Amino acid sequence: MSQTLAILHGIWTQFRSIGMIFMHSFRPRNVISYPEVKPPVPPRYRGRIVLTRDPDGDERCVACNLCAVACPVGCISLQKAERPEDGRWYPEFFRINFSRCIFCGLCEEACPTNAIQLTPDYELCEYDRQNLVYEKEHLQIAGPGKYHDYNFYRVAGMSITGKGKGQALNEDAPIDVKSLLP
Amino acid sequence: MFERIQELLSPVVLAAIWAACKAIIILLTLVVSAAWMIWLERRLLALWQDRYGPNRVGPFGLGQVIADMIKIFFKEDWMPPFVDKFTFVLAPFLAMMFMMLAFALIPITPNWGVFAPDLGMLLFFAIAGLAVYAVMLGGWSSNSKYSLLGGLRSTAQTISYEVFMGISLMGIVAQAGTFNLREIVLWQEQHIWFVIPQFFGFLVWCLAGIAVTHRTPFDLPEAESELAAGYHTEYSGMKFGMFFVGEYVGIVMVSGLTTALFFGGWDGPFSEHVPFLWFAIKCFIFMSGFILLRAALPRPRYDHMMSFAWKICLPLSLINLLATAGIMLWAGN
Ligand code: SF4
Ligand code: SF4
Repeated sequence: MSQTLAILHGIWTQFRSIGMIFMHSFRPRNVISYPEVKPPVPPRYRGRIVLTRDPDGDERCVACNLCAVACPVGCISLQKAERPEDGRWYPEFFRINFSRCIFCGLCEEACPTNAIQLTPDYELCEYDRQNLVYEKEHLQIAGPGKYHDYNFYRVAGMSITGKGKGQALNEDAPIDVKSLLP
Repeated sequence: MFERIQELLSPVVLAAIWAACKAIIILLTLVVSAAWMIWLERRLLALWQDRYGPNRVGPFGLGQVIADMIKIFFKEDWMPPFVDKFTFVLAPFLAMMFMMLAFALIPITPNWGVFAPDLGMLLFFAIAGLAVYAVMLGGWSSNSKYSLLGGLRSTAQTISYEVFMGISLMGIVAQAGTFNLREIVLWQEQHIWFVIPQFFGFLVWCLAGIAVTHRTPFDLPEAESELAAGYHTEYSGMKFGMFFVGEYVGIVMVSGLTTALFFGGWDGPFSEHVPFLWFAIKCFIFMSGFILLRAALPRPRYDHMMSFAWKICLPLSLINLLATAGIMLWAGN
């Protein structure tokens, strides 16, 4: 008896779910017609990667390679160079292979200078795979990106021409370890 | 010369040519509507999942089928090195052929229909039974575990559902007194659509029809989530396309058969003027029903499906047949 009831109940639930699905014919469609209507993207969306400049207009990237090590798929490659005028480090070339990038954002988290940043641009289609390899000139933008005031060489202890040791923001003058005076 | 042509074109010959043309037109309509059913299915599934589905190519996305066909024609038709070549090529042809062959039996309008033999229904069972060979051979010749499992499942499923598919239709045969599908439709035109006196037969037939076409919820031979793609895992290109279209031809065929057997075929108001319209509308409703089932129901476990077949459907159809026979005897006296 109870088994018969269970079977009947099972049949009823099947018909019920068929009916419920059918009622979806009268619901509005939950779709954004993409190429015509762009979906709203939050500002911290992880899309196309850019290299930013500090407020003075110099490249932020100091070619420390931390992003390249952090990258789980290993799609960043760069080469360090040093500017002869002021001793600042900069990448000689900086290459991101966007056909491998998974847009995890770990490079942005690893970067000590806020140089590498992900932007809300997600339209990265190419007919040719090779075109997805972005060089430095494709990545470098003119502005400071998401962090307007940050200037690595102004807050870090590294000395460059025009800013010696101890002259950075919130930095005390270095202690002279060779002197006995307090 | 002219007379010879006139002699050749005697009424008998002309009638034969006309019949052949009709058959070809029906065949083309069947294949085209089966292909466009792919579009219908995608649009309807999308509707029931609150999406749009393919709506870019042509008006309402109707050109999507053409685009897909072009794509599948130009795809590499790769044959794995480990397969049994002859059977591997044979299986998709069989899959499509048997379903089309079964459609030939369906009376579409009073004047249209490929042929209506007196044992039409038995012939249909025979063809439906043969159709399992397509899947079985496809699964076996692929020489891969998933394909073989899919083929095995399909064989077991078809054999068990074939049994009561036959029995569920015997009530109709008993009432109409004929195996001829055209005469069954004519009987319904004069009396009553069989869905009312044969309601339980109709229910069982629906289940069996779904099982024969391997559609969800009875798509265990394909079962994407368990068996990769079941019996056609190793197929690609046009051979896969034939399995695919064959499945839709099967749906059109079962819908047409349901219409003819239970819903009076072309019968309906003003049916003497627009018989085909009624047939098409009824077919369309059943085809949409197949898609609705796919949108709504999950796939049962394999053993559940088999025990349901033997423990519930078979007794139900037997009781239905016995009750029909009893009532007929009682009413006859
Ligand atoms: S987003 Fe992730 S995958 Fe892409 S470059 Fe950065 S670390 Fe690598
Ligand atoms: S982008 Fe940032 S983490 Fe990468 S090398 Fe430049 S400074 Fe270092």
